[in-house]
Amino acid sequence: MIDIFLIPLLKIVIVLNATLVAVSYLVLLERKVIAWAQSRLGPMRVGPYGILQPIADAVKLMIKEDITPVRADKWVFTAAPVISMVPALIVYAVIPFGPAVSLFGRRVPLYITDINVGLLYIVSVASVGVYGIILAGYASNSKFPLLASLRASAQLISYEVAVTLTLVSVILMSGSLSMVSIVRAQESSHLWYAFAQPLAFVIFIIGSLAETNRAPFDMPEAEQELTGGFHTEYSGMRFALFFLAEYANMIVVSSVATTLFLGGWLRPFPNVAMLGFLDVVPSWTWFLVKSFFFLYVFIWIRATLPRYRYDQLMRIGWKVLIPLAIANLLVTGIVKVVLS
Amino acid sequence: MEAPAVHHGAMFDTNELVLNMGPQHPSTHGVLRVVLRLDGEKVVDADVVIGYLHRGIEKLSENRNWTQIILLTDRMDYVAAATNNVGYCETVEKLMAIEVPRRARYVRTILCELQRIASHCLWVGTHAMDIGAMTVFLYAFRERELILDLFEEFCGARLTYNSMRIGGLPLDLPPGWDKKVLQFCDIMESKVTEYEELLTHNRIWRERTKGIGVISGADAVALGLSGPPLRGSGVPRDVRKDEPYAAYDEMQFDVPMGTAGDTYDRYLVRMEEFRQSIRIIRQATEGIPAGPIVGKVPRLIKPAAGETYHAIESPKGELGYFIVSDGKSTNPYRFRVRPPSFCNLQGLRPLIKGHLIADVVALIGSLDVVLGEVDR
Amino acid sequence: MGTAIAFYVIAACILGFAVLVISTKDTVHSVLFLVLDFLFVAALYVLLGAEFLAAIQILVYAGGIVVLYLFVVMLVNLKRPPEAHADPHRKTALGFGLAAAVLAELAAVAVYSANTPARPIVEAAAVPVTGNTEVVGWMLYTSYLIPFEIASMLLLVAMIGAIVLAKREL
Repeated sequence: MIDIFLIPLLKIVIVLNATLVAVSYLVLLERKVIAWAQSRLGPMRVGPYGILQPIADAVKLMIKEDITPVRADKWVFTAAPVISMVPALIVYAVIPFGPAVSLFGRRVPLYITDINVGLLYIVSVASVGVYGIILAGYASNSKFPLLASLRASAQLISYEVAVTLTLVSVILMSGSLSMVSIVRAQESSHLWYAFAQPLAFVIFIIGSLAETNRAPFDMPEAEQELTGGFHTEYSGMRFALFFLAEYANMIVVSSVATTLFLGGWLRPFPNVAMLGFLDVVPSWTWFLVKSFFFLYVFIWIRATLPRYRYDQLMRIGWKVLIPLAIANLLVTGIVKVVLS
Repeated sequence: MEAPAVHHGAMFDTNELVLNMGPQHPSTHGVLRVVLRLDGEKVVDADVVIGYLHRGIEKLSENRNWTQIILLTDRMDYVAAATNNVGYCETVEKLMAIEVPRRARYVRTILCELQRIASHCLWVGTHAMDIGAMTVFLYAFRERELILDLFEEFCGARLTYNSMRIGGLPLDLPPGWDKKVLQFCDIMESKVTEYEELLTHNRIWRERTKGIGVISGADAVALGLSGPPLRGSGVPRDVRKDEPYAAYDEMQFDVPMGTAGDTYDRYLVRMEEFRQSIRIIRQATEGIPAGPIVGKVPRLIKPAAGETYHAIESPKGELGYFIVSDGKSTNPYRFRVRPPSFCNLQGLRPLIKGHLIADVVALIGSLDVVLGEVDR
Repeated sequence: MGTAIAFYVIAACILGFAVLVISTKDTVHSVLFLVLDFLFVAALYVLLGAEFLAAIQILVYAGGIVVLYLFVVMLVNLKRPPEAHADPHRKTALGFGLAAAVLAELAAVAVYSANTPARPIVEAAAVPVTGNTEVVGWMLYTSYLIPFEIASMLLLVAMIGAIVLAKREL
C-alpha cells in the first residue's frame, strides 16, 4: 500500500512543488543573468538582492483583473493556459533525478516512475502542449493573436520532427526507451552521449530552443512583431500560466537533455576510482547542476543573439536540422550494425 | 489630391491585409505610423504617415529673434542637438558674413563629432534591439552616457544644449575637458570593437540585414537620400568633404562607403563612422588653438535683407537650413529646415516593397530616422 | 476486476465524446472533443498492454493530425458568421436509415464472429523479442515490411502533393 500509493504520491507532491518554485525562480534568474550581461543589476528591491521578486510577481499577477474578451469562447479561453501548463508538469513523472537510495529503511528510487516507453511518453506529452498555444490564439477571437498562434504552433511542430529524430539516435545507442535505462546505458558504456553523439546533441539543443519559443527563435512572441503574440488577450493569472508554462518547458527540456546526453545523475567519470571522493555529492545534485548548466546557456543565448525572422527559422528547421538529424541517424545505425 | 497608397478601410480585400503599425509602437523610433498592405506576410505597399510630432518650429521661429531660434533647433534632432545648433549658427553667419574664430570652429568640430558618436550609439542600440540583440542596446547607451556627461560639464544640459551662439560659442571649455575627451576616445574605440564582435560577423545578424532594403546609388540620389543611406549605396557624398564647414578642412579623415546598398552595408558605414569620428576628435582636441571663443558679432543680430542656404553633415545625413531675412526686423522672415530624416524617410516606401513584416523595423532602424526632425 | 471497470469507464467516455463530436454546434469544439477521444483511446491501448501504440497514438494522431485539422477549422471559422444555421438540405430520415443499416451489419458481424472460432493470425512464439515496442518493431520490419514501405510512399506522395498545391512559384 505504502509503496504503491503513498510514496509515489509524496514524490509527486514534492516534484510538483519543487517545479513550480523552480519555475518562478528561473524567471528571476533570467532577469538577473540578462541584467548582469547588460551591465546592470536586475531586480534588487524586493528582498535582499531581489530574492523575493517572484513572490511579488505572483501576488501581482493573482490580484490583477481577469479580463475575458467579450466574444471569446469561454471554455476554450480558460482551458488554453491549462493545456499549456499541464504537459510541462506531467513530464516530470518519468524524469530520473537519481538512482534508488535508502531512505528511512526503504529503497526509494529518485524518480516517480519508470515506464518502458518513457522517452516516447515525453515526446507525446510535449506534442499535446501545442494545443495550448493554438487554442489561446483562437479563443482570443481576434485576427492577430490567431495568426501569431498558428505561426508559433507551426514552428513547434516543425522542430518536433528534428528533435524526435535526434532522440531516435539516442535510443539506437542505448537500446531502450526507458529514461532510467538510458542513464544506465551511459554508465555502462562509460561515455556520455553528448560525446558519442555530438551532432544529435547540438541539434537537440537548437531544436529545444525553438520548441520552447526561446531566443533566437522567439519571433512569434517578440514585442517587435505587430502583435503581442498568441497571449495578447490574456491577463492576470491566465497570462501567468502561459509564462510559467514556457519556463517550465525550458526546465523540462534541460532535464531531458541532461538525462539523455549528459548522463543524468552520474558523476563525471563514474568508472574512475580515483575520483571516488566526488561520490560525497548526492546523485540528484549532479542532475540539478547539469540541468542548471543548460538553463544558464539558454539564458545566455537570449542575452546575446538577435532573433531569426520567421521564414528563416522555418528554413533552418526543415532544410538544415532535419536532414542533419536523418544523416546522423543513418550514420549511427550503420556504425552500430558494423560494430556489432 | 492623390489617394493614399493604402485604402485604410480595406480589411479582407482579395487576400490582402491592411495592418497599421504605430504611431505608438516600440520599434518605430518615435511617433511614426506606417500603414502596410500585406499579401500574406509580404509587404505589397506602405503608407508612411507623419506629423504626430509637429510642433510648428518653423512658424514659431518667425516670432523669435535669431538667437532665440537656437533653442528651437535643439528640439528637432534631439538625439544630436548640438549638430542642429551648429548648422543654424553657420547659416546665419554665412548670411551675415561673420567670421568665426579658429578656436570656436575647432570646438564646434569636436562637439559635432561627439554628437555623431552619440547618435550612432543610439542608432546601433535601437537597431540591434529591434532585431533582437538586446544587450547591445545597454552597452551603447552606457557609452552615450559618457558623452552626455561631457556635454553636461560643458554646457549644463544632457539633451537639449543651446550650446552655440551666432559667431561662436557662449562658453569656453571648462579646464580639463579636453583630457576627458581624449580619455573618452580611448574608451570608445574598444567599445566599438565590442559592438562589432557582437554583431558584424554574427550569422543571425547578417541573415537579418544582408540583402534587406537594397537601393541603388542612382535611386538613392533620385529619392534625395543623404548620409549613410546614400553612402551605403556607393555614392561618395559627404558635406564635410565636399563643402567643408567648421574646422573640417583642417582634419584628416576618411568617408566610409558601402557597395551593396543594403541594410548590412549601411550598418558597416555607420560602424566605421564611429572610428573616423574618434579620429577627428583626437586631432581636433590635440590641435585646439588658443584664442577667443566668439567672433565680432553685433549686439543686435539683424542681418541685411537676403536669403541663404547652408548644409552640414549631421549624423543622419545632410541637414540644411534656408533662411530669409527681410532686413527690417530681428526675426527671420522665413526659416526652413531640410531635415535629413524627412528625406531619408521617403525611401522607406520603395525600400519596403517585397519584404516581410519583420523587415519593416529593420529598415526603419537602418534609415535612422528621428521623428523630431521629420515633423519639426 | 479493476481492468473491467477501467475498460467500461474509458469506453463510455470514448462513446460519449464521439457523440459530442458530431452533435456539438461549434466546429472547433468538435475537433477538441475528437482530441479527447483519441486520448481515451490511447488509455485503452495502455489497458491492453500496448504502451508503444498508446504513445504513438498521442504523438501522431492527437499531437499531429488533429492539430492540422484544427488549423484548417480555425482558419475557415474565421470567415463564418458566428450564428449557427440549420442546414435546409439535411435529410434526417436517410441518415437514420443508413445508420440502422450499418448497425445491422455490425450486429451480423458480431453474431458471426461469436459463433465462429477465430484463428490466431500470428504465432507469438516466433517473435524473438518481448515488450510491445520491440514486437511492433520486429513485425513491422519483417512480416509487414512491404505494407510499411507502401505506407511511407503514400505519405511522401501526400507531402509532395501538398507542397505542389500550396507553393506559389516552383
